[in-house]
Amino acid sequence: MEKRSKSLPLLFTSSDWNFDDLSRVYDAIREIAVTELRLDFYPNQIEVISSEQMLDAYSSIGMPLMYQHWSFGKHFVHESNLYRKGRMGLAYELVINSNPCITYLMEENTMALQTLVIAHASFGHNHFFKNNYLFQQWTDAGAILSYMEFAKSFIARCEERYGPAAVEAVLDASHALMPQAVFRYRRRPRLSVERERARIRERLEHEERTFSDLWRTLPLAAEAEAPREVETDMAERQSAIEYPEENLLYFLEKYSPVLKAWQREILRIVRVIAQYFYPQRQTKVMNEGCATFVHYTIMNRLYDKGQISEGTMLEVLQNHSNVVFQPHFDDPRYGGLNPYTLGFNMMRDIQRICTEPTAEDRDWFPDFAGNGDWCGTLLDAWATHRDESFIRQFLSPALIRDMRLFSLQEESSDPYYEVTAIHDERGYERVRSSLANSYDVGMTQPDIQAVGADLKGDRKLRLKHTVHNGATLVEETRNETMRYIQRLWGHEVSLVGVDAQTDKVLYEVSSKELGEKA
Amino acid sequence: MPNFIDRRLNPKDKSLGNRQRFLRRARDELKRAINERVRSGKIDAVGEDQVIPIPRKGIGEPTFQRAPHSGRREEVLPGNKTFGTGDRIPRPAAGSGKGSDPSSSGEGEDDFQFVLSREEALDLFFEDLELPDLVKLNLKEVVTFRPRRAGFTMSGNPTSISVGRTMFNSFGRRIALRRPKQAEIDAVAAELAKLEGERRPSAATQQRMVALREELATLVRRRKLIPYIDPIDIRFNRFEPQPVPNANAVMFCLMDVSGSMGEREKDLAKRFFVLLHLFLKRRYAKTDIVFIRHTHEASEVDEDTFFYSTQSGGTVVSTALEEMLRVIRERYPAKEWNIYAAQASDGDNIPNDSERCVSILDKTLMQLCQYYAYVEIIDERESEMFRHADNGTSLWNAYREVSAEWPNFEMTRIAKPSDIYPVFHELFAKAPAPAKRR
Repeated sequence: MEKRSKSLPLLFTSSDWNFDDLSRVYDAIREIAVTELRLDFYPNQIEVISSEQMLDAYSSIGMPLMYQHWSFGKHFVHESNLYRKGRMGLAYELVINSNPCITYLMEENTMALQTLVIAHASFGHNHFFKNNYLFQQWTDAGAILSYMEFAKSFIARCEERYGPAAVEAVLDASHALMPQAVFRYRRRPRLSVERERARIRERLEHEERTFSDLWRTLPLAAEAEAPREVETDMAERQSAIEYPEENLLYFLEKYSPVLKAWQREILRIVRVIAQYFYPQRQTKVMNEGCATFVHYTIMNRLYDKGQISEGTMLEVLQNHSNVVFQPHFDDPRYGGLNPYTLGFNMMRDIQRICTEPTAEDRDWFPDFAGNGDWCGTLLDAWATHRDESFIRQFLSPALIRDMRLFSLQEESSDPYYEVTAIHDERGYERVRSSLANSYDVGMTQPDIQAVGADLKGDRKLRLKHTVHNGATLVEETRNETMRYIQRLWGHEVSLVGVDAQTDKVLYEVSSKELGEKA
Repeated sequence: MPNFIDRRLNPKDKSLGNRQRFLRRARDELKRAINERVRSGKIDAVGEDQVIPIPRKGIGEPTFQRAPHSGRREEVLPGNKTFGTGDRIPRPAAGSGKGSDPSSSGEGEDDFQFVLSREEALDLFFEDLELPDLVKLNLKEVVTFRPRRAGFTMSGNPTSISVGRTMFNSFGRRIALRRPKQAEIDAVAAELAKLEGERRPSAATQQRMVALREELATLVRRRKLIPYIDPIDIRFNRFEPQPVPNANAVMFCLMDVSGSMGEREKDLAKRFFVLLHLFLKRRYAKTDIVFIRHTHEASEVDEDTFFYSTQSGGTVVSTALEEMLRVIRERYPAKEWNIYAAQASDGDNIPNDSERCVSILDKTLMQLCQYYAYVEIIDERESEMFRHADNGTSLWNAYREVSAEWPNFEMTRIAKPSDIYPVFHELFAKAPAPAKRR
């Protein structure tokens, strides 16, 4: 209480929210975010929605605009079932990495919660989206909404033209390859909707022109000519291929011998969306941690300045502790490490190390321990790290002790788990690197690449799965996915599993044996 | 300043298209589940909302997934209490672990339940059934009129006065004409009374009293002149007769209840009737059911008596047909009603009566009926024997003549509950068997 030095008037008193209160609160938060936390964010657009609309947004993977596909309907049914049964609460907010940054607020939230959510999403997430290097490099916040609009209308047009079943067949298959549809090392091309539109129009028009020419004017000659043309086309493509290619959807889009222009375009759309979400997959801990840290700091500052009441602060704290609740591994509620908790704890820990370091901290983090500028240190970390490197760099022994982290090794041939490291002098390094590895998308995703395709001969596509640590694939879904690839490739597809260390072939499947998808 | 947008009034069902696509995708599974349900004996429940668990087949979204528990992997967990480095903990045997293994199967089947509305369920249920010979329906569309609200009118029946609209008008008129309110009059009267109460009124007061008296008189006069409700205020609800196509159906359930029909036979017959009733209810605005049971004599009874009370006696089928004819003549003129009949029997009849039945059907009933279904309930052991349509009871053989003669006469045999739906399906299949000689 004694901290509440200079008392400003309360921003709101009622627990019901209204737009006047919201905008007053927004300005107060913005003041703190800009002057004290030195955040840098996209302009905000805050939209109030109802729970049904939130469910709608959920099922279309959080995009405000999305093409139509049955799988979104499935997720909608699934989530609304859970929600109605009371087994799942809805998120209080949803935020979209776009410029301007769109934040959805639920109408059911109380004013205290709206305040928390604005601080969390419109400032925390927003800052992270704008400044983190992954987002800067891989996504184009300014163009994503108009691109999605284009994607939606393009797919709707395709459905009209070629029938929903044909479009669905391509989408089903493309969705199965979404995790393998990102470039990890190459920069994605910039999205420009106008250019995109012009490109497609041109392409489709060209296709139509050649089609009608062949058909109407030179039926006989064209028929004779067509195979030769295809052959040279194939040869051209064959020489253009570069192996190996990790982005399977890109590979199919460019080189599949059977896809038509509109089908390639659909593959491209799915690929672009996968790429757009790729940074989010790599920065779950940091992104949530950053937002949680920001809302925690801002809410406390608002309270210190006397701008929110004690009742509001209690409500905020209760919600905050729900968000960062981490059950222990032996608790029935345990479902993995909570990214909010891990991120928030690490950032609070960095704050502590900067201001009140212990001897151990000075030992482990000589470059910033006790530098006093926790804000600068965090801003820098948010901008230049992803989960894996962030943990590798900043997880401190103090936090490992605090959360009592330990690492457990599982070997399929061994009937026992082995505890490989705990929170002691010998274990810190191991726990830290093993935790960092578990957030490395490159290590958790199966490594499957296209290694060969004979466009001129039997047109067989060869894929190679490099098996790390003996981790194989679930057979059922693997076979299903193979059938989907065959659908897009049009000819035989084979997959070889090769051990990374020994180069031994572990398994081999071909879509020929699996048969065509029912 | 941020941009606040209130989206709550935007249309909600953004994912309706997705839901429809999903329904289409899961359609075959849903249909199978519903048919299964009907077959397993819950026919009465067909008319209610259905909760259908959807198996994941066909709606899976496969990707390349790492197989759980394969190879070597290391995981970091929070909350260590007693473990030290190098401890070895027995692994739970595969399968006996916790049920929520987030592996290939994803969530369990139970998690995925789909609530179909009654309409959706019935649509799936009857999807490929069609009522035979709907020509008559069109001819018989007697149009009736139903009153429909159509605004207000100045004149009308006192019972249809629209109080709300009348008071609305009266209020407007009173304001426009400045009808004095009671409160105004009261205020003037009160002031007057107060002044009159004074013992020695001054000149000014007396002047004021005169003015007040005048004002009071004016107010009272105005109030009398401007009535609270004037006849011109009064409005009546206006109704316009709207033509409504009228499609009525009556369904006759005929059943032999003599001793030879046991519980099992009756139960099977009931299921068939229920199915037919549900089916008709979907097609027609109004569906009547007439239950006629017979032994050696027939009578029209209510549903409970029909299914649950017993009566002993011989078996004379023609009595039921005559009773049906009587009821039709009395209450259901064929011009106005679509007549459907379903007869259930075990096929017994006294000798010579079957011929009589045939002649009744041929001469009168089949001309009146839209459709006549004869269902013979046989013993499961007999089903082999009666596999060919040629063999049969006396009634069966007799009816075969009718069947050959009339395209809207169908006959079939049922031995066990699971037969009912296929049989029903067959009777009402959309593409009817090649037309018979008429």
